[in-house]
Amino acid sequence: MSTTNKPVKKDARPGRTLAILALVLIAMTSLVFIQGATSIRLGLDLRGGTSVTLQPRIAPGDEGKITSDAIDQAVSIIRQRVNSLGVAESEVSAQGSGTNRQIVISVPGDTGRRVVELVGQTAELRFRQVLASASGIPAAVDTAATPTAGVSADVNAQFAALDCTKLENLQGTGADAPTDTLVACDRAGGTKYILAPAEVLGRQISKASAGLDTQAGSAWFVSLTFNNEGTSAFGALTSRVTSLPEPTNQVAIVLDGLVVSSPRINEAIPSGTAQITGSFTQLEAQDLANVLKYGALPLAFDRGEVQQVSPTLGADQLNAGLLAGALGLGLVMIYSLLYYRGLGIVTVGSLTVAGGLIYLLFLLLGEWIGFTLTLAGIAGAIVAIGVTADSFIIYFERIRDEMREGRTMRTAVETGWVRARRTILVADFVSLIAASLLYFFAVGGVRGFAFTLGLTTLVDLVVVFVFTKPLVALLSRVTFFNSGHSMSGFSSKSLGTLVAKEA
Amino acid sequence: MSKMSGLGGRLYRGETAVDFIGKRRRWYSVSALFILASIAALSLQGLHLGIEFKGGSSFTVNKATATIEQARSAVEATGIPGELIVQEIGSDKVRVQTGALDTVQNNAVQDALAAEFGVSVESIDTQIIGPSWGKEITRKAIYGLIGFLIVVMLYLAMAFEPKMSIAAIAAVVHDVFITVGIYALVGFDVTPATIIGFLTILGYSLYDTVVVFDKVRENTRAITSNSTKTYSQAVNHAVNQTLVRSANTSLIALLPVGSILFVGAGLLGAGTLKDLSLALFIGLAVGTYSSIFIAPPVLAQLREREPAMQALAKRVNARSGATVVSSAAVAVVNGRGPRNQPKRKGRK
Repeated sequence: MSTTNKPVKKDARPGRTLAILALVLIAMTSLVFIQGATSIRLGLDLRGGTSVTLQPRIAPGDEGKITSDAIDQAVSIIRQRVNSLGVAESEVSAQGSGTNRQIVISVPGDTGRRVVELVGQTAELRFRQVLASASGIPAAVDTAATPTAGVSADVNAQFAALDCTKLENLQGTGADAPTDTLVACDRAGGTKYILAPAEVLGRQISKASAGLDTQAGSAWFVSLTFNNEGTSAFGALTSRVTSLPEPTNQVAIVLDGLVVSSPRINEAIPSGTAQITGSFTQLEAQDLANVLKYGALPLAFDRGEVQQVSPTLGADQLNAGLLAGALGLGLVMIYSLLYYRGLGIVTVGSLTVAGGLIYLLFLLLGEWIGFTLTLAGIAGAIVAIGVTADSFIIYFERIRDEMREGRTMRTAVETGWVRARRTILVADFVSLIAASLLYFFAVGGVRGFAFTLGLTTLVDLVVVFVFTKPLVALLSRVTFFNSGHSMSGFSSKSLGTLVAKEA
Repeated sequence: MSKMSGLGGRLYRGETAVDFIGKRRRWYSVSALFILASIAALSLQGLHLGIEFKGGSSFTVNKATATIEQARSAVEATGIPGELIVQEIGSDKVRVQTGALDTVQNNAVQDALAAEFGVSVESIDTQIIGPSWGKEITRKAIYGLIGFLIVVMLYLAMAFEPKMSIAAIAAVVHDVFITVGIYALVGFDVTPATIIGFLTILGYSLYDTVVVFDKVRENTRAITSNSTKTYSQAVNHAVNQTLVRSANTSLIALLPVGSILFVGAGLLGAGTLKDLSLALFIGLAVGTYSSIFIAPPVLAQLREREPAMQALAKRVNARSGATVVSSAAVAVVNGRGPRNQPKRKGRK
C-alpha cells in the first residue's frame, strides 16, 4: 500500500517491531512448555558418560569397501548393540561425509569399558576346522617339527613363529579372510592353531542367547541357532570331522580372528544349534550373544577416540562453563555501561534478549533436532557474546560519527544505521562462514562449538535488526538522550565535538 | 573514558592522526621480526602436540590425597611401554598420560589406578586416542583452513574489492603464523581445542579487518573525482576513524574470552576451555594488531600501484604541494566541508 512512500519511511514504527519481537518471544516460551522441553539436553562431557569414535579401518586395496551404505549398516548394527545395554538416551550416529565418515557412540552413565568393547568388535564369527594346535609360546627348539601336511610352508613358518604371550597377538584383528587358512591364538594366549578356511559364518546364525550351565559349576555359555543354510553347513562340517584324528576333529569358533573355543566334535550335529563355551563371565556371555544376534559389522573399525567422563568431572565442567559465561557477560555489560553510559542500557538489554533467544532455541532445538549442549558449545556461546556486543559498538560508533558531522540524534540513528547495517552484515557473514566450515570439517565436541557459534551469530543479526535498532530509535525521541545529557553517551563531551570547538 | 571518546572525535575529524600507512615499514619490520622468530621457534622446538595428535591415553584420578609418585609407580608396575607423563591438575586431581596403548593395556592402567587410590574404574576420567586419529584431525584442520581462506577470499572479493580480499587474507596468514609461533616458543600444548581456537581467530581477525575496510571503501568511493587526498591518505584516515571502534570491539571480544581462560585455567586446570580460550586470547590480540597495522598498509600499497591512484597522488601533491597535515587542516576548518561531499554523493 505504501510502496510509493519515500525510503525514509523505513522502520518508522520502532514500537511495533519491538511488540512483534515480544510476541515472538512469548510464543517461543509457550512452545517450550507445550513441548515439555524445559531443560537443555547436556552433552556427556557435562553430565558424565562414555563416547567412542570409530574410524573405518582401510586395508590396502580395500578402499572401495568403505561406502556410505556400509557405514549406515554399521551404525544400525552398533545402535542395536548399544540399545541392548538398556541405557536411556544412548546415541549412535555417523558424522562427516562420504567415505570419511566416522561413527560416534555416546552412552551416558557408568557403562565405560563395556561400551568400548561392545561397539568396536566387528563380531565376525567363523567356524573353522582345526588343522594343528600347539602351546602358545613360539617353538624355539621345535621349528623342525613335522610341518602340518596340506598347508603351505609359509603358513607353517608363521605358525612356528607366532607368540601368543604377546599382547598384540591377542587383540583380535578381524581382518582374516574367510577363505584363507588362518594362524591364530586363543583368547587366553595359551594355545595357537592352524585353521582351515571357514565353513560356517556368523551371518548364518539366526539366534543367540547367553545361558548358565549349572551342572558344570557356574560356567556361562552362548547358545546359537543357525538358519537353514547354516544348519546344513554346520551339519556337513561336523559329520566330516568327527571321525578324523586329533586335533583335526576339533572345530574352532573364531571371533574377530581369535579362537574363542575349539570343541572336539563327538558326533555329527545336524540339528542346527551349537554352544560356545569359554571362560565367560555373565556380562561377557550376554554381550557376545548380543553382538552375534545383531550380526557382524560390514567393516572393521579402529577406535579413534574414547572418552570417559565421570559425573563429577561433568558437573565441574558444567559449573565452570556457566561461571565463565556469567563472568564474561557481566564484564561486557559493565564495560559498555562505563563507556557508553546511558546507551549501555541498550547493550545490556540487547544481550539479555539475545541470551533469552539463545536459551529458548537451545531448549527447542534439543527437542526438535536432538541438539545437545557440550562444553565446547558453551565456549562457543560465550565467545559469541563478544561478537554480539561488537555489532552494537559498530552501530553506536556510527551514530556518534554521524552526530560529529552535525546531525541530530534522531537523524543520526537512521543514517548511521544504514551504514552500520552493511558492516554488521558483512562481518557477521564472515563469522557464519567460519562457523559452518568449522562445523563441516570437525568431529565431535568441536562441532558443538561451531554450531553454537553459528547459531548465536544468527541470533545476533536478529537482535540487532529487531531489538537494538528500534530501541535506539525510540530512545532518540527521549529528551535525556537527544538533548545530549552528560550521562547519555551522546553528550558533546563524549562525542568530542566540544573539544573541537575550543580547538 | 570520556577522554577516550574525545579522542574518538579528534580521530574522526583527522586532528589527531597516527600515521599507520606512511610508517608501514616500521610495522612490517615488527611483524617480520615476529614471523622470523616464529619460524625459528617452529623449526627448532616444534609444537608441543597433545596426545590427540600422537595417539595415547590420559587417565585422570579425582582424589585429593593422590600424589604423583603413587600414580607413577602404580602405572609403571603394569609394565606398559613408553614414557609416562604424570602431573597434578588443580588441587585434587592427578593425570597420567601414556603413549598409544591397546585395549588390554588401557584396562590394565585403569585397574591399577583404581586399586591404588581405592576408587571405582568408572570414576577415572579416561581419554584414549588411537594412533591414526591425529592424522585424521590434522588433515581435517588443514582442509578446514584452506576451505575457509578460499571461501572468505571469494566472499570479500565480491563484497568489497579483490585487493581488499588479498590484504585481509595476508593479515590472517600473518596472524596464524605469529600465533602458532607463540605456541612453539612458549611450549603450550596443542590440542584439537587449540586448533578450533586458531580457526575461530581467523573469523574474528577478519571481522576486525572488515570493519576497517568498510570505512576505507566508504572514504575512497569517489576518491578520484576530487583531488584532496591520495589513496594512502584516505586509508590512513579510515583507520584512524575506526580506531576507537577497533579498540572497543577487540576489548569487548577479549572480555568473555578472558573469562573462559580465567575459569578454564584457574578452576578446571586443564582441558577444552583452557586450550580454546588461550588460542583465542593470543589470536585476538594478534588479530587486532594486524587489522590496524598490516591489512590497511598492504591494501594501500596494492592500490597505489594502479595508474589511476598514482595519477591521483600526483594531483594531490601538486595541489597541496605539502603534507598530510595541511590537507587534514583544510577539512577541519571547513567543518562539514568538501571532505564529506563525495561520500554522500556515493550514497546517492
